[in-house]
Amino acid sequence: MAEPILEVRGLVKHYPLTRGVLFKKQIGEVRAVDGVDFTLDRGETLGIVGESGCGKSTVAKTLCNLERPTAGEIRYRGEDITRLSGKALKAVRRNIQMVFQDPYTSLNPRMTVGDIIGEPYEIHPEVAPKGDRHRKVRELLDVVGLDPEYVNRYPHQFSGGQRQRIGIARALALRPEIVVADEPVSALDVSVQAQVINLMERLQTEFELSYVFIAHDLSVVRHISDRVGVMYLGRIVEIGTDEQIYEHPTHPYTQALLSAVPVPDPDARERRERIILSGDVPSPTDIPSGCRFRTRCWKARERCALEVPPLAVPAEFRYDTGPQVHDSACHFAAERQVVPPRERDAGGDSSTRAH
Amino acid sequence: MLLEVRDLRVEFRTRDGVVHAVNGVTCEVDAGETLAVLGESGSGKSVTAQAIMGILDIPPGRIGGGQVLFRGTDLLTLKEEERRRIRGAEMAMIFQDSLSALNPVMTVGAQLGEMFTVHRGMSRKDARARAVELMDRVRIPAASQRVRDYPHQFSGGMRQRIMIAMALALEPALIIADEPTTALDVTVQAQVMDLLAELRSEYGMGLLLITHDLGVVADVADRIAVMYAGRIVESAPVHDIYKAPAHPYTRGLLDSIPRLDHKGRELYAIRGLPPNLQAIPPGCAFHPRCPLARDVCRKDVPPLYEVSGTRTSACHFWRECLDGRADS
Repeated sequence: MAEPILEVRGLVKHYPLTRGVLFKKQIGEVRAVDGVDFTLDRGETLGIVGESGCGKSTVAKTLCNLERPTAGEIRYRGEDITRLSGKALKAVRRNIQMVFQDPYTSLNPRMTVGDIIGEPYEIHPEVAPKGDRHRKVRELLDVVGLDPEYVNRYPHQFSGGQRQRIGIARALALRPEIVVADEPVSALDVSVQAQVINLMERLQTEFELSYVFIAHDLSVVRHISDRVGVMYLGRIVEIGTDEQIYEHPTHPYTQALLSAVPVPDPDARERRERIILSGDVPSPTDIPSGCRFRTRCWKARERCALEVPPLAVPAEFRYDTGPQVHDSACHFAAERQVVPPRERDAGGDSSTRAH
Repeated sequence: MLLEVRDLRVEFRTRDGVVHAVNGVTCEVDAGETLAVLGESGSGKSVTAQAIMGILDIPPGRIGGGQVLFRGTDLLTLKEEERRRIRGAEMAMIFQDSLSALNPVMTVGAQLGEMFTVHRGMSRKDARARAVELMDRVRIPAASQRVRDYPHQFSGGMRQRIMIAMALALEPALIIADEPTTALDVTVQAQVMDLLAELRSEYGMGLLLITHDLGVVADVADRIAVMYAGRIVESAPVHDIYKAPAHPYTRGLLDSIPRLDHKGRELYAIRGLPPNLQAIPPGCAFHPRCPLARDVCRKDVPPLYEVSGTRTSACHFWRECLDGRADS
């Protein structure tokens, strides 16, 4: 389990901002991803959470080699894949597949479901010889819980949840090792969302997949992830196990984010302490100096404007042991519990209710 | 009672047949109260709101029956001219998508000011002053300068504040908010929901909150009405419903959401898909997906059973559900 399959070091993706048509002049840049480090272990799910514009989708695209990073390394089984091209790139891409957010626009409306799921075999014919493809596609439909008889239907004949299953089947066609899922359940209704999450968990065991699961919904991410990284303005500000992040957060942004999530329990209204952040996220074209969260942080002091806090175990926890000891990019990291602990009475626990 | 909806029915005539979007909705909102109408997409919650507000597209929409009593007057019998006077002044609406709800070629100051020039006959100058006041009220920084900006120059959270300001402008008695924070990030959602709750209690308005988010409901609502296939299937005070739902659909929804406070095991998933509104299943619309379904559920449409003085449930077997015996 502890063997890393993917190592990301200093990942940067900047998009230039230009002015002029004929004589383009660069007038700035959007620093969408601005120094991201993490590792993904084999068979593990790493959740990445953050608000819109924090760069989480750009991370997903660079992992799948849909975008070339400006700087940094992505090591897949020890090899940096950011500089690959041609055959070598194709081989790597086969093993890192993506599931997209919007099941309505990520499937070609003019192709049948069978053609959509079978298309990866056209690009990688070595995976399935021609005569075998039809059978494989039907198998995949079955695996994701769709009737194999649907193979000749078109995407518009399916509901959102079913389309997301088709997207998952397509990602699995080449038997990848890593699946990068960018907001795979955000567009779905609650009741359907649970079906798709359960499916993804089942497939992970069945196909020994490693997931990078990107979402803005903190509850969904906790449910599915072994480890969680919290992103803010192009950087991971805190990363750790689900327990470390949700029950022992030490970065003020994580704390504010968690405290803002509405919890489906009216009794929690009184028990909860809300941290309401002032203002909006700064523009990624104009990132604050030092700590990028300092403009909204209630703890900010002079040092925060001068020094960029590294993503590491904070100095004050150096001699501690316990769940508060994990990487957190804050000069004044301190543990603060913001998610009210679950009441452990017999009747009120919905998750253990039998069906 | 501020608002009483009785047996409201709305249908849409489409090329492929009649879509039954709302099939007998009954609910009430008292002054100063927050009622959350909860439902998934296609449950008819937004159409209900539009019918109450009187902004339904007719045709293809058609009110099939029922009453919308606002302070005792049935709005559905009023002329468009009379309804327009009520809209904005006595009941106002906040929409989900502020970018498309606001006029992109008018400054926000002009749009806010229009409320006062049209409804109150104020001069442009006075209206502008009131607009600045309102923007201050919803805590938009530097309101006196930003009043000249256009909607696209604001962030999503700020735009939603402008929508709230516009809804509050004439101090209506009832606000209908249709997914007011769904398009916003959580930290901004918290700011906007807090603001809305604060202003609501300050002005003593009734709030009809349309949402799909069980977390938001738990945070702000006094009572909740759960919709499925165009009907309210359960209605109860918010604390009761989270403790012990009396309808298997509500129970399924509550059990299928991942939790923030613990990792949990496999999620409960309501089987099957939401119904096609052109062919709603006979009997109880939820029966094909229900773990409690029996023969009677396939034949008889369940009436709204009275569970207690303040609760109703449209399930033949609400007692079993309440006792937590919704096992399958």
